Amino acid sequence: MALITYAEAAMQAIREEMRSDSRVFVMGEDLQTFAYADALAEFGTERIRSTPICETGFFGAGIGAALTGLRPVIEGAFSTFLYSAMDQIANQAAKSRYMFGGQASVPIVIRVMVSYGFASAAHHADRPWGLFAQVPGLKIIVPATGHDVKGLLKAALRDGNPVLCFEDRSLFGLRGEVPDHDYTVPIGVADVKQAGSDVTLVAVAGVVQHSLTAARTLQDHGISAEVIDVRTVVPLDRRTIVSSVTKTGRLIIVDPAPGMCSLASEVAATVAEQAFESLKGPVVRLTAPDVPVPFSPQLERLMYPTAEKIVAAALRLVSRPDAASRVAI
Amino acid sequence: MSTAMRDKAREQLAHGVLIEMLRRMLRIRLFDERAAKLRSVLPGPLHNSIGQEAEIVGACMALREDDYMTGNHRSHGHPIGKGVDLRPLMAELYGKATGVCGGKGGSMHLAVFSAGSLGEAGIVGSLMPVAVGAGLSAKLRGTDQICLCFFGDGAANCGPFHESLNLAAIWKLPVVFLCENNGYALFTAQRLTTAIADIAQRASAYAIPGVVVDGQDVLAVHHQVTIAAERARSGAGPTLIEAKTYRYCEHSEFPEPLKMPPYRSTEEIDSWRARDPIDLFWAHLRDKEGLSTKDFNAVRKEVQEEVEASVSFAERSPPPGSESLLEHLFV
Repeated sequence: MALITYAEAAMQAIREEMRSDSRVFVMGEDLQTFAYADALAEFGTERIRSTPICETGFFGAGIGAALTGLRPVIEGAFSTFLYSAMDQIANQAAKSRYMFGGQASVPIVIRVMVSYGFASAAHHADRPWGLFAQVPGLKIIVPATGHDVKGLLKAALRDGNPVLCFEDRSLFGLRGEVPDHDYTVPIGVADVKQAGSDVTLVAVAGVVQHSLTAARTLQDHGISAEVIDVRTVVPLDRRTIVSSVTKTGRLIIVDPAPGMCSLASEVAATVAEQAFESLKGPVVRLTAPDVPVPFSPQLERLMYPTAEKIVAAALRLVSRPDAASRVAI
Repeated sequence: MSTAMRDKAREQLAHGVLIEMLRRMLRIRLFDERAAKLRSVLPGPLHNSIGQEAEIVGACMALREDDYMTGNHRSHGHPIGKGVDLRPLMAELYGKATGVCGGKGGSMHLAVFSAGSLGEAGIVGSLMPVAVGAGLSAKLRGTDQICLCFFGDGAANCGPFHESLNLAAIWKLPVVFLCENNGYALFTAQRLTTAIADIAQRASAYAIPGVVVDGQDVLAVHHQVTIAAERARSGAGPTLIEAKTYRYCEHSEFPEPLKMPPYRSTEEIDSWRARDPIDLFWAHLRDKEGLSTKDFNAVRKEVQEEVEASVSFAERSPPPGSESLLEHLFV
């Protein structure tokens, strides 16, 4: 065990996999001069590849390499750059195995940073895990701790399918205990961070921390909150969520992405389908409003769920269920 | 290239190789003619390669069996050119379980990984970066495989063209980019979409060789792709080859004749038919190789039988079972 940051844990995962599997290589913009500069001596320029600024080109090249026996890690930088490579991700990576009747597999890992809350403005700040969850054939992981980012990235590199990994910039400096030994965190298994009996908080990415903070405050109000980190958007661990709501009877979903057709919507629908009889009040979605991310910090800070908003929503839901509804701002 | 050089290259091909070229060209022609006749039976769109057989076969037969290939929506010819059995290809056009993709891909998404065919595609230009990746993979794995990337004149105006040629050039990857220039992107002539006459000219922007070749001359294409493949295998990097060719038929086979003003003249179509790639090659084989009409007809008859066998195989085959709907999403 070592106390290291989220960002360090992610790099550990990739370096260890590069050591143990010669098929793994990384490709992306500025890798040799920036993100992987200190790994260059160990792995060399063939396995650490700096690309031109051409997302379609190098995402597609990663897919071609994956189809022919390698295990590329595509460093996509900002989450919004995925849109430049959308055809390659949605039409090639996601569909090749199914469309070709199982002849192929596309063992590629695509890492991107989600940089919201940093005045990155509209072109650099999206949280598009829900958007990509609409594309069958992609697995989607959103690790929220150093332990999980290392274990999930290792699982992704060994998975054999295309995996998108969204890493929340607000967590990069978060320190935590991360095992030194080889381990994986299974894709598709949520983590119950804290057990509780009155309300279930289902969270993803950086707002898992806010949910834990909110749970502590709620304790002071005599409300016992169960906090679930989904960790994986696809496949979604519906069983853990449904089982929690069956116990608590109340659900608040906390997701910094816009609410329309979102992870939050999917969790809400799942509970409506599978645990309706257990619900003591309406399902609450705490999401971002359906607008692009504004630049002004005064505006941007209105966008995302906070611990205060979670506490307020939980108090309303537990005391006056009729008043609770989707709270965007 | 001088005439003397071209003749030398032609002389080097064994008689059996030449007959195999003829056979594969006839397979593409007769397969696609048969598919067009089955228009009302086959589900989904069909884009046939009739008129383009020489550039496909010339290019494919310059490859090794373990080399890779990517294609596009005008798709049937590519795997046939690489030597794939017609039966599972026809079955795929029918959407049957015995198809190369188990009925999940269809005409535009044929793929035969065991033959190095990494897929055809419904999105113009989309497999060009994938071809670059196959070349990168060969380089990183230390094999001397190459990837042949088929694309059309339409794709040459898409972003992936530029990104792919640039990547392959800076990394000196073993990729042969073969532009099948049939003069039309959908129903729009090249002169209306492209500022230059020869797409091969664009090679200079990537500091790689660019070659224009007569796409109706199977031996000329074979020769140029052989040179490009050797260059790729040696580590010297990619080549852009532009094969000037033509599609006799419409962009795709429609159930009814299209109601639209003519976008090309009958004279133009006739002038290309006068240089039909199979006729040209047959004349060469007759004059230079002493192939008799009887021999030619024998090959044609065999191919005709193969095509009919592929149709009856496809018709006899079962549709995919409903259990396969949810199969093959993930490993």
